Amino acid sequence: MKERGMSLIVKRITKITVSLIFLFGVYILLHGHLTPGGGFAGGVIIALSFIHLVLAFGKESALRRLSEAAVSVIESCGGLMFWGIALLGFMGGYFFLNVLPKGRPFDLFSSGIIMLCNIAIFLKVGAGLFSIFIALAIFRMPSEDKREND
Amino acid sequence: MLPIFIIVPLACAFLIPVISKIRRDFAPLFANLCGITLLFFSLNSISWLKGGLKVYYLGGWRPPFGICMVLDGLTVLMLLVVNLIGCLSLIYSIGYIKRYTAPQLYYTLFSLLLAGLNGVVISGDLFNLFVFLEITSIASYALVAFGTEAEELEAAFKYLVLGSVASTIILLGIGILLGNVSTLNMADISRSINLSTSGNLISYALALFTMGFGLKIALVPFHAWLPDAHPAAPAPMSAMLSGVVIKTIGVYALIRLVFNVIGFKPVVSLIFIWLGIISMSIGVLLAIGQWDFKRLLAYHSISQIGYVIFAIGLGTPLGISGGLLHLFNHSLFKSLLFLNAGSVEYATGTRDLGKLGGLTKEMPVTSNTCLVASLSIAGIPPLCGFWSKLIIIIAAFQAHNTAGGTACIFVALITLASFLRCRNMPLSAGLKRPSLA
Amino acid sequence: MSLYFLCLVLFSLGIWCLLIKKNLIKKIVGLGITEYAINLFFILLGYRVDGEAPILDKYNPITNFVDPLPQALILTSIVIGLGITALMVAITIRLYEKYRTFDINEIHRLRG
Repeated sequence: MKERGMSLIVKRITKITVSLIFLFGVYILLHGHLTPGGGFAGGVIIALSFIHLVLAFGKESALRRLSEAAVSVIESCGGLMFWGIALLGFMGGYFFLNVLPKGRPFDLFSSGIIMLCNIAIFLKVGAGLFSIFIALAIFRMPSEDKREND
Repeated sequence: MLPIFIIVPLACAFLIPVISKIRRDFAPLFANLCGITLLFFSLNSISWLKGGLKVYYLGGWRPPFGICMVLDGLTVLMLLVVNLIGCLSLIYSIGYIKRYTAPQLYYTLFSLLLAGLNGVVISGDLFNLFVFLEITSIASYALVAFGTEAEELEAAFKYLVLGSVASTIILLGIGILLGNVSTLNMADISRSINLSTSGNLISYALALFTMGFGLKIALVPFHAWLPDAHPAAPAPMSAMLSGVVIKTIGVYALIRLVFNVIGFKPVVSLIFIWLGIISMSIGVLLAIGQWDFKRLLAYHSISQIGYVIFAIGLGTPLGISGGLLHLFNHSLFKSLLFLNAGSVEYATGTRDLGKLGGLTKEMPVTSNTCLVASLSIAGIPPLCGFWSKLIIIIAAFQAHNTAGGTACIFVALITLASFLRCRNMPLSAGLKRPSLA
Repeated sequence: MSLYFLCLVLFSLGIWCLLIKKNLIKKIVGLGITEYAINLFFILLGYRVDGEAPILDKYNPITNFVDPLPQALILTSIVIGLGITALMVAITIRLYEKYRTFDINEIHRLRG
């Protein structure tokens, strides 16, 4: 059976760095209201950790952990969560009103709905970017399929 | 109550991928519910206007710090256009989209398109308008490429490149305006421009907006994408593109920027009048030699939008009302014509006018509605196209613009000739008989 | 002032690349250059002389910072650019599958 993915050195290093990249992405995501970054940057970094897996090991390894259907559902849930947060404000008065308690400034759990919005954006952006990459990577042209079967 | 126009289609667009995994039939049901709800609310919005202008502050933040949504008379007209044609196209696509392999993707993209169109119309903030314009554009690029045949992909690529360049030019114009007045609220910008003296930069921004939105409207130097993109899209999407999208992200946004934000100058009037006359003439002259049904309709779109831009460029109250009435009428009869073309293509498998003929007995509804729409676009009384063209011609002669008025009459006669050929060939009885697929 | 002019030069370079190059992939790169030039122009609009990064800190209060509003607008614009690039690449891959070439002069079935 053909050896999929890249060489042995890349695979060993990937096993260490994937979790570090994921952790860094979560840090940037959660501190979005204090430091630059937030939902979009955090989502891109977390999607990059999955793409790192795909590049080093081949697409089956990442698709085993997170199938395409699951990615699509996560993406829709991210969008629905953002829509739900905005609707919460709509019931409270104005669309997107900041209804949760705002703690002291510079705390981690301050500024009301912004952290929840960041998490919703991360779900949508991360899942969306990963599904774009998978869709482009698993696209097989008819001539390539014939060549593999020979 | 204004954000309801964005809440409903966005909910639909996010729910459909999840729900269609449970049952495939739920996607059309949801989308049509969304369309009917939007139509109901847009008919209600006429009564919301009773107390005057309505402003809604997003998040409770007062302008100029916050984003706001505004409802005034032009907004109500555009909401009616968008939601009426959107709802009817969704009902049409229940049967039409079954031919394609992924109907739930179509409904998701269509709901995003509706959300973007409604957002453009009710936005009161310049960058919010740009963001919704981009949502609409990206959804329409993907919908034009929906069939993924060779010609559809080529048309979609052309449309994508030209549309992205247009959006970039519009963003450059917004940037220059922002650098000048440092606020993004449209009412605030217009107040600051009246007080400021830097006329040159504002004129440059206006030139950039004319170029960018002219590409979206498909005025004549910028029209190269339209004859390829409209035939290639699925029929309900062609109806939306030609009947709604061009008008909302092009004509409506241009009217807002030129009349409400920057102020109507005589040089702008001259540019619009000449762009309108050139679009009218070249559109209809190119349409005469067409043998593809949908391509012919696409060229006629260019010509009729030329009428609207010409009338708005006149600047008189009669001219502007004639232009807006023609906008409303054109969205009605042009989307009807595109839906008819879609029916004919669905039934016979071809769009070539030379091969069609003799369909009146088999498709009576399509034939009669096509007759009504063709007479309306040609300007036969008492149908609606006649009244709006009459008002535009009278306004042109009242503003002492005889060149424009003569061009309008001439173009109307050529449109009539072109649609007589279009009416006789596919839908008369007794000519060739194609095989009904 | 010359920095704004350089941004417009970059914008024109992107449009030139979009017009002249025949390969589809190079056209995608040209459109990307155009979009990033506009993003740079926006960020330059927010520059204030002797300004610092607009990040509030608990211990060192700063008073003179650059305008953060264009930076927030550009985040949105970058995401839009990402979406358009992804769509363009997907359409290009499918175009290669149908037409078997990336040359824009060969992909010319729609005429008239």
